[in-house]
Amino acid sequence: MNNVSLIGVTSIVAATLCMALGSIAPAIGEARAIIQALSSIAQQPDESGSLSRTLFIGLAMIESIAIYCFVISIILIFTNPFWTFVSSKSGG
Amino acid sequence: MPITPDSTIYWHHGFVRLNATILYTWLLMLLLTMLSWFVTRHLKGADSPRSRWQNALEAVVVTVRSQIRDICPEESDTYLPFAGTIFLFIATSSLLEVVPGWHAPTASLSTTAALAICVAIAVHIFGILKQGVSGYLRHYIRPAVFMLPFNLLNEISRTLALALRLFGNIMSESLIVGVLLAIAPFVFPLIMQAFGLLTGFIQAYIFAVLSMVYIAAAVQSQTEQKGKTNE
Repeated sequence: MNNVSLIGVTSIVAATLCMALGSIAPAIGEARAIIQALSSIAQQPDESGSLSRTLFIGLAMIESIAIYCFVISIILIFTNPFWTFVSSKSGG
Repeated sequence: MPITPDSTIYWHHGFVRLNATILYTWLLMLLLTMLSWFVTRHLKGADSPRSRWQNALEAVVVTVRSQIRDICPEESDTYLPFAGTIFLFIATSSLLEVVPGWHAPTASLSTTAALAICVAIAVHIFGILKQGVSGYLRHYIRPAVFMLPFNLLNEISRTLALALRLFGNIMSESLIVGVLLAIAPFVFPLIMQAFGLLTGFIQAYIFAVLSMVYIAAAVQSQTEQKGKTNE
């Protein structure tokens, strides 16, 4: 296996692993946050405005971890710096 | 597959390049400015009947103002132009995705990074205006001096997170629609596009609310301290 295909295979495997493993923890975290927020809204419906605003902010914070993984996967697949380096070197 | 509108270049002369991001940002700025100017050009006194468009814009401004007041109760109108402009810019650019041929400028990392840097600078400016240079810089060594590197790290990472979150959400939306067009081209892209409108709007809300939270944190640390000294 030459360098280019090695880098290609590694990038794709790393991108899928990054997305698959990296979305587990944010999914659990978001689920827990929503559970808490829903039960709090059920207990105190008057506070639903501020609760849902805080929930949205918290969800955005948690989700940004998954977004980091997604951005890294996208970089690995579409604009891989190592791939560009190797192909520019071999292609001349 | 082009993942950002940066790679679409319409015109270039020397090192000056006009790509889709810049063009659509200008179009959006023109649209927002012309619309506001057009609606507010014949404003009369408070008693006269309001036009339909004026009612719509007033509803937007009142909503944004009440949201800001919830986060930062004092002097909320100081931050209304900044946070409101950011919200309107991102929300309009996401909602205009229904127009065929529209490239949302927020799907490019350069736009979102520029917005996040604007927020980072505005936090410092509002903080310094409110509590002076030394008073503002002192909050970096709170609660203890050894927290200084963590506070600085927090400053950098939250700006990065602000930019990447918006970029990732808006970019992934167009990417998903592109992938779905290749797999199931009939109904499913429409559903995802409708879902993307919702995500884009929520992201605009989150961006504006988070920047308001950062500004409020920079501004309010002093008022708490003032309250303590008054006691």
